[in-house]
Amino acid sequence: MLTNQLSLVIWVPVVFGLLVLATGGDQRARLARWIALVGALAGFLLSLPLFTGFTELHGGMQFEEMHPWIESLSINYHLGVDGISMLFVVLNSFTTLLVVIAGWEVIQKRTAQYMAAFLIMSGLINGAFAALDAILFYVFFEAMLIPMYLIIGVWGGPRRVYASIKFFLYTLLGSLLMLVAFIYLYFKAGNTFEISAFQDLKIAFDVQIFLFIAFFLSFAVKVPMWPVHTWLPDAHVEAPTGGSIVLAAITLKIGAYGFLRFALPIVPDASRALSGVMITLSLIAVVYIGLVALVQTDMKKLVAYSSISHMGFVTLGIFMFANNSQNVWAVEGALIQMLSHGFVSAAMFMCIGVMYDRMHSRNIADYGGVVNTMPIFAAFMMLFSMANAGLPATSGFVGEFMVILGAVQVNFWYAALAATTLIFGAAYTLWMFKRVIFGDVANDHVAALKDVNKREFLVLALLALAVLGMGLYPQGFIVKMHPAVNDLIAHVAQSKL
Amino acid sequence: MNWADLNLMPALPEIFLLAALSVILLLDLFIPDNRRGVTYGLSLLTLAGCAAIQYATWVSAPVYLFSHMYVADPMAGIIKLFMYGSTAAVLVYTRQYIADRDMFRGEYYTLSLFALLGMNVMVSASHFLTLYIGLELLSLALYALIALRRDSVPATEAAMKYFVLGALASGLLLYGMSMVYGATGSLDIAVIANRIHGGSTNEVLLVFGLVFLVAGLCFKLGAVPFHMWVPDVYHGAPTAITLMIGAAPKLAAFVFFIRILGQGMDSMLPQWQGMLMIVAVLSMAIGNITAIVQTNIKRMLAYSTISHMGFLLLGFLSGSANGYSAAMYYAIVYVLMAMVAFGILLALSRAGFECDKISDLKGLNQRNSWYALLMLLTMFSMAGIPPLAGFYAKFAVIRAAIDAQMVALSAFAVMMSLIGAFYYLRVVKTMYFDDAEDHSPIVVRPEMQLTLSVNGLALLVLGVLPERLVALCVEAVKQSMTLY
Repeated sequence: MLTNQLSLVIWVPVVFGLLVLATGGDQRARLARWIALVGALAGFLLSLPLFTGFTELHGGMQFEEMHPWIESLSINYHLGVDGISMLFVVLNSFTTLLVVIAGWEVIQKRTAQYMAAFLIMSGLINGAFAALDAILFYVFFEAMLIPMYLIIGVWGGPRRVYASIKFFLYTLLGSLLMLVAFIYLYFKAGNTFEISAFQDLKIAFDVQIFLFIAFFLSFAVKVPMWPVHTWLPDAHVEAPTGGSIVLAAITLKIGAYGFLRFALPIVPDASRALSGVMITLSLIAVVYIGLVALVQTDMKKLVAYSSISHMGFVTLGIFMFANNSQNVWAVEGALIQMLSHGFVSAAMFMCIGVMYDRMHSRNIADYGGVVNTMPIFAAFMMLFSMANAGLPATSGFVGEFMVILGAVQVNFWYAALAATTLIFGAAYTLWMFKRVIFGDVANDHVAALKDVNKREFLVLALLALAVLGMGLYPQGFIVKMHPAVNDLIAHVAQSKL
Repeated sequence: MNWADLNLMPALPEIFLLAALSVILLLDLFIPDNRRGVTYGLSLLTLAGCAAIQYATWVSAPVYLFSHMYVADPMAGIIKLFMYGSTAAVLVYTRQYIADRDMFRGEYYTLSLFALLGMNVMVSASHFLTLYIGLELLSLALYALIALRRDSVPATEAAMKYFVLGALASGLLLYGMSMVYGATGSLDIAVIANRIHGGSTNEVLLVFGLVFLVAGLCFKLGAVPFHMWVPDVYHGAPTAITLMIGAAPKLAAFVFFIRILGQGMDSMLPQWQGMLMIVAVLSMAIGNITAIVQTNIKRMLAYSTISHMGFLLLGFLSGSANGYSAAMYYAIVYVLMAMVAFGILLALSRAGFECDKISDLKGLNQRNSWYALLMLLTMFSMAGIPPLAGFYAKFAVIRAAIDAQMVALSAFAVMMSLIGAFYYLRVVKTMYFDDAEDHSPIVVRPEMQLTLSVNGLALLVLGVLPERLVALCVEAVKQSMTLY
């Protein structure tokens, strides 16, 4: 066990990213790919000890590292993970590996920059999950916008400029107010940016409301919650496959993670007072966005809307804490849903990417009967569609089930509305699946399709393993997060007025 | 005055600069046009010498010379070191550009050094007269530099505008100074501070003088509503001169604020705080919003400068040591950023082609990914995105403002920087997302490649490890705020 495991998980991908960048132009693209693969693999392997070496005995921070960073501004380089953040560090490192493999020969233009952007972003995202100093968190949180902006803008689809700028400004809008909130809390907490110090502060109710609004704007945009979700369909649709995967699987989770790490523990009274609003917004996302997904004609857009709907479930679970302080299930369900959505949405975007690379179309109408030419692919997509719809034995079921279970304890109607996702989710996913995969071969292009190659098979198989593994044995993950969630719920139950 | 007490050591950098400058002026007369590189080399050597002497004569606490006309303190020392560095970088960046445009003459170098001397005097002034002399020395050198290409209509127009408005500003400043003199009976900054603090001054006269001083200062800084000259001068002047105006003089202007308002009128904080608040808010709003519609990148950078100056003032007007050091850090970082931005424009310009439209940057990533990366770092730094130096500058300023209970103003400032992010992003978009139309090779002299790279990477290094510079600024401000 290394003492600076978290630093390694953050900086190894970044260093490899810079190395990849240094290989230069496309004439050395092969070298760039291999270095990127080694970097991503190293990042993933380094993140594994976080999971295996993680003790479930307490809910506090583990693998902590603390160094003074900018002493004149009292900012520390303070890292650490608890049961909530550790899982996302591992998920992120895993996803980066998949993205590098998925982009292997698909990206022919400026390969080195593409791979470098993903590796650097992977390190930054790990940093955001592991930061225990508010400004350190903010630095990672914002810095990851730069590679994502470039990924969407350089390798994206036709409307990439619009989508990338919209993505950037939307996210920046939220986070800037959070920065003001952090600085306010800094003076309040006696010149420290330690998140744990913020969490112990007593804050007046009206100030809590303001702080909550600042956090809300920042994280709700990132999740994204209805009605600030509109950047997501644009960004997802225009981003290259890898970009969509990282966006859906990881960056959305940072928003939800932010609620758990900042909004709830720092301003619990405001969170409780406004939980009704948050639950309403979440239910709108679940139901209304689910219906919106139903009418999409573009596959990527459909999955993007389904992401918003699924993330609605996550925020629903998180804000269920308010009415029942014993409601650990809902929060744990939200976390499981986040992890599961990380795998499932990555898999769905990967599937669409596989088809797009062959057909250069994301239109559902251009497809039909793909199963006849790509049987292996169709089998994989079947599994992932089922997971997206929340079929038992897949990871998608566990989280939704737990959240609904938690919701029933709070209010039957919340649960009833939330449960409609099982119908809508199945409807939009399976209907799309039917139109694309089944039926007669629609046209010559479909007839000419070739089944997945080894590289694509590897990515899809890894994802399938993850989806099934989590669906069959969620306990492995729940055990890890349970103490931290318990502590969080207990902390939030106390008023800080 | 007792001659035995005469100590010239702390003023040695200025003395050396003046001496070397005079030598270069004379030598240059005997250098034929094809060996003009000698002047260039000598100028760089002079700057290196200045920096070395500055370092050797470093003072850790304020030292007053010439009957309190001149002060050497750590703040002046740091600012001067950055001014030598930035002037040297400017000379390196502009070498090819001016050679291509028939401006590669001895006057360019001597005037640049004169401007630097003026700034040095300003930075080390502890007396209104010294301040004014330094300011005029700087301004006159800059007027002449802008008009150096006398056959260029836009440049001449810019010089004219700068001259007329600059003279007006100097007039306002002098008028204000004279009123302060009338109210306090002294031009010595420390004495003024003491008399105002003592409360035996004519309040009305003093406030009247203060208004003129603030107006004159804002003029020099280019803050709204005294900003009209900035875009025209930035646009009209040859890019080399724009770089010169946009870099080191901002540092001098910052010290100008510190000396007059921070040190001299410290006790009148409530009065000038209100005025500067309006100026800062307007600068951030008008600078950022107007920058959005610009298609000329020099004009865009001019408006972005205005907004940055608004930010700098936000730090300054909090009136605390924290605020001053934040503003100082902001000024230094701003100069580093502006130099990369204009440096890239100079690198892309060549004989017969002026890179001054945003669209001229199209596909820079395809043409030269290194310069594109440097410009990317600069743009994100200007937008205040971590982990780049610009973020900590904005962060420190906002921290100082919130410490002074100006939360709403801070929220306004961050919203303005969001608007600002849009036009910086557009530049990145042009470089990275668009395809190149112009495929001509980018030829840059090796010393410029090196300097520009160091300059650009400094933004990243200062972003990841800002502690040293931040601590230096904090310490320097602490020292300078204790008057004798």
